[in-house]
Amino acid sequence: MKSDDLLFTKEHEWLRITGETGTIGISDHAQKELGDIVYVELPKAGDRFDAGEAFGSVESVKAVSELFIPVSGEVIEVNPELGAAPEKINQDPYGSAWMIRIRLANKKETAGLMSREEYDEYTKAEK
Amino acid sequence: MPDYKRTPLYAVHKRLGARLIPFGGWEMPVEYSGIVKEHTAVRTAAALFDVSHMGEFEVRGPQALDLIQFVTTNDAGNLVDGQAQYSAMAYPLGTVVDDLLVYRHNSERFMLVVNAANIAKDFAWIESYNRFNTTIEDISDRVTLLAVQGPRSIDILESLLKTDLAGLPPYHFTRSKILDADAIVSRTGYTGEDGFEIYLMAEHSESVWNAISEAGAPLGLLPAGLGARNTLRLEAKLLLYGNDMDGTTTLLEAGLGWIVKFNKGEFTGRDALLRQKQEGVKRKLAGFEMLGREIAREHYPVVIGGQTVGHVTSGSPSITLKKNIGLAYLPVEHASLGTRFNVSVRDRLCDAQVVRTPFYKRREG
Repeated sequence: MKSDDLLFTKEHEWLRITGETGTIGISDHAQKELGDIVYVELPKAGDRFDAGEAFGSVESVKAVSELFIPVSGEVIEVNPELGAAPEKINQDPYGSAWMIRIRLANKKETAGLMSREEYDEYTKAEK
Repeated sequence: MPDYKRTPLYAVHKRLGARLIPFGGWEMPVEYSGIVKEHTAVRTAAALFDVSHMGEFEVRGPQALDLIQFVTTNDAGNLVDGQAQYSAMAYPLGTVVDDLLVYRHNSERFMLVVNAANIAKDFAWIESYNRFNTTIEDISDRVTLLAVQGPRSIDILESLLKTDLAGLPPYHFTRSKILDADAIVSRTGYTGEDGFEIYLMAEHSESVWNAISEAGAPLGLLPAGLGARNTLRLEAKLLLYGNDMDGTTTLLEAGLGWIVKFNKGEFTGRDALLRQKQEGVKRKLAGFEMLGREIAREHYPVVIGGQTVGHVTSGSPSITLKKNIGLAYLPVEHASLGTRFNVSVRDRLCDAQVVRTPFYKRREG
């Protein structure tokens, strides 16, 4: 799936905004850094988070990484397939391995997020 | 990663698409095709590791053995030519300078194999006790170390060498040739599986790597990185210096009493270790399993009765056992088999239980 329309956090989550809904996952760079993903912990529908709060975690064989929500909102849907098949995050991070959908609390919060281009620069500089 | 050292096989790893990470001052491959695949290859077939970051010292002279006996805790006096031994060096308080392998070429020539991050420290440590007029040479930069690990390793190497390897017992080594390269082939490893470690001069690195890869590919051999090396060694409860023991933990607390030989004469750390042996340790390194799905990781707090009593030193999913396992120092009264305690996973107390180790033991024969 294309990732040009996504916004990124410094912690390597992505956000796709469709109307009032935000879909959230982790970047291809992040899944590569993590390696074989074996476990993911996600919130429940109805949970509310403020921008920057931890909403779950993702674990590979060698590392754990907390997941930080890019913008504030209420979880309306959690990807039901990742519990049994966390390896999908390695295979399709921008597509079928989305993690949660939220109802955006404030669409203006995206100011601090990076565009695809900015994120690519950021991950290069991080190395 | 500009300041890290690279092994002679760096270009090969790049070509194979390895992910490289800093480790012990080196830029090393952590994985090629993925840790799960590489780990499974070692348990079921074979894998090839570049572990050239490890340090090698040559110790030579009529009193080489005396020096080694003084700075290491195991009894190198028992070794015969062509035999290797797991050992350690202890500080005067019985804590760990490093763990190492001692190889005996002959009574006046030994090789010590030490951890990459400790090369300079170890060399200085040994040299500081060298009142035996012995030559200690750090040959690390000239030596490539390849590990071929897994049940098919023997078939792969026998097809390349003219040597019978079935007759080489564990912790023994032989001199051999691979292609045109002189090599030391040692039946040792850090995976809990049958396997070999091959020491050769750096200039032959690439040709030997390629020859082993080609001979091994039909038998399922994969290149493997430090990620799989870590999950494999943890399943076999082989300790990692810097995690499971270091300058703050004694050899007895780490469960390494079996490589401390009090009857061999004087050695550094002997008095403290003997005293601790007589008094008994207050904490010890124990293996545990998580009872839920959470994964314990190094540094996670160990909690007993609401009190943090220590931390996890190594923790990971066990790829072979499909459980989440780890090691932690526990007060001895809480370290017996079956004892339950908590590991704090991101501020949640999760159940863990002390289990028998090694977590994984290969079937013999």
